[in-house]
Amino acid sequence: MNITGSQILLECLKRQGVEVIFGYPGGQVLPTFDALYDFKGLKFILTRHEQGAAHAADGYARVTGKVGVCLATSGPGATNLVTGIANAFMDSIPIVAITGQVPTALIGNDAFQEADITGITRPITKHNYLVKDIKDLAGIVREAFYIASTGRPGPVLIDLPKDVQVAQTEFIWPEEIKLRSYNPRYTGHPGQIKRAAKLIMEAKKPIIYSGGGIISSGASLELLELAEKTGCPVTWTLMGIGGFPSKHKQSLGMLGMHGTAYANHSIMSADLIIALGARFDDRVTGRLDVFAPGAKIIHVDIDPSSISKNVHVDIPIVGDLRQVLIELLKEVKHAPAIEEWLKHVEDLKKQHPMGYKDKDKILPQYVIQQIDEVTQGDAIICTEVGQHQMWAAQWYNYSKPRTFISSGGLGTMGFGFPASIGAKLGRPEKIVFDIAGDGSIQMNIQELGTCVANKINVKVAILNNGYLGMVRQWQELFYKRRYSYTPITSPDFVKLAESYGAVGFRVTKKEEIRPALERAIKTDNTVFIDFHVEEEENVYPMVPAGEAINNIIGGLA
Amino acid sequence: MKHTISVLVENKFGVLARVAGLFSARGYNIASLAVSETLDPKISYMTIVVEAKDEKVLEQINKQLNKLIDVITVTDFTKKEYIDRELILAKINYTPKDKPKLDAIFNKFVGKVILRKDDTAIIEAVGDQQQIKVLLDELNKFGIKELVKTGKLAISN
Repeated sequence: MNITGSQILLECLKRQGVEVIFGYPGGQVLPTFDALYDFKGLKFILTRHEQGAAHAADGYARVTGKVGVCLATSGPGATNLVTGIANAFMDSIPIVAITGQVPTALIGNDAFQEADITGITRPITKHNYLVKDIKDLAGIVREAFYIASTGRPGPVLIDLPKDVQVAQTEFIWPEEIKLRSYNPRYTGHPGQIKRAAKLIMEAKKPIIYSGGGIISSGASLELLELAEKTGCPVTWTLMGIGGFPSKHKQSLGMLGMHGTAYANHSIMSADLIIALGARFDDRVTGRLDVFAPGAKIIHVDIDPSSISKNVHVDIPIVGDLRQVLIELLKEVKHAPAIEEWLKHVEDLKKQHPMGYKDKDKILPQYVIQQIDEVTQGDAIICTEVGQHQMWAAQWYNYSKPRTFISSGGLGTMGFGFPASIGAKLGRPEKIVFDIAGDGSIQMNIQELGTCVANKINVKVAILNNGYLGMVRQWQELFYKRRYSYTPITSPDFVKLAESYGAVGFRVTKKEEIRPALERAIKTDNTVFIDFHVEEEENVYPMVPAGEAINNIIGGLA
Repeated sequence: MKHTISVLVENKFGVLARVAGLFSARGYNIASLAVSETLDPKISYMTIVVEAKDEKVLEQINKQLNKLIDVITVTDFTKKEYIDRELILAKINYTPKDKPKLDAIFNKFVGKVILRKDDTAIIEAVGDQQQIKVLLDELNKFGIKELVKTGKLAISN
């Protein structure tokens, strides 16, 4: 029996295990929406902007570990996905983006709503496809999901011309996928793993530095086991948050530009860095030529190009982090003798504690701590990008993977709110917060419509300081307080939420924080909580860009 | 420093753009690029001469190329024995009295005159980059009006 390209697409999505598609219709994707109209077994969420659809798919993928799917029309629909695709690319998140395209005969003719989206997204996708023949479609969808979710995960785009959507052919589900040019390596080199174990057992001042790879390979338990077996202190990147329990006694918290001072001082004086699924990003290493001068480096990563890209690595191990850790744990026969080092690290913790000075107005850090208490550290926390993001990273006690959902690599303002929609759909039983700034929330605020229309219950905590706070902080510190276009006005967030049919509270006093949060959680609707916080509070500790990461300003010590 | 690498790729729509785009996006310089089908029409062969300031950059180029889904293998000839050739076509100033001089040149180099017209000769020549360089110095004495080169082709031996 012949079926249309659109039906083949949907059938393939269903067989891939897709539960929900985020998207927006348009002219060149009409046949697929027509097929979707009475297709059983796929939920569709109509966002209010295609960017929202891409971020929602991303958020869904981050909380579930499955591939997120978004669907948009050609031209502007496709280009509106671009930021979301780039965001997923930078953070290695598996999404499949499907775009309508003008009919194949019109491609290249500057047709209405035509954009060369495979050309545009080439550098920000793991791979992409223009489907020119319906016979290739099922195989391409299979490949797209396989590529997106294996190796180092990432976004894959499928551009589907309208004539291919309406063409008909027999549907043949390809049971097997064979790509001679794509064979991710999962098992680490046994010799290298042995050498790594030897270095660990002989180390005097080892530190584990873990990244997003811990989350994507599902290696948190193995990380915990390695940490407890060796006694090594553990620090992590923004992407690694949730990979290791933050209240664990060996935890040093996040490192880098806004990391804890003790994590930064520790890694700078370490003699062995065990880098697990992290990529020595500039926000982590600071000035490279003086980074951890006395340390040998073991680097485990699924992506060979991440190894020795920024720093020289002594023992590179390419492989899936979880599989490598399982093998490594067999080879690490005993803990290293590191009592003195641990004492030194404890001293660093005492000398440079995390903290902030209380003020009359509400402090944003305190709001995060209250959210932590009210949700008992068990919520899914999404963030936008800026000061509030760093406070959310610093002041909430994460203990499980896939609970901190944030735009790490690309730093996309406007990510958190649509991502929280995807997160809630992926984990409906969880309380989902978007921690936002008054600037960021206005970048995808239209998704309130999506929440209300689909009864998606997320809580948005706006840390409203009247500024684009992170940029203002840099202007204060490095541009002589010349606040060039960082003061920003906002609508009345309470009325705005209400006008969409959601709920809004305003909180201006400390004592109102707790009741507002409790009420928000009890409310069976999306809630905007507009916290009026101290305007010029800064994120500390801070390492100025390009400085050594032990060159720390601010903080209590 | 210049390095010669060869890249076997799936002969698919957009593959050249993927490879070229990778070089520009990551700030690597291509000195020359030659592409054609192999015996298997589903596979293309690229010979790329890149400028890489050190081993680290070259290693990254290699790894980044390997990350492209359509790239099958990358061979860095720097570490291998290989033969390389380049083909040139040149239009030079020519009058019949120049014939003995030109014949003398082609006794030393692989090449020939393929067309004479008015005061111009079109010549073809093949050689490795050093030979081509010397040949071009010779041809310059006649005056080169126009020159095209294929870029380097390389094969391991």
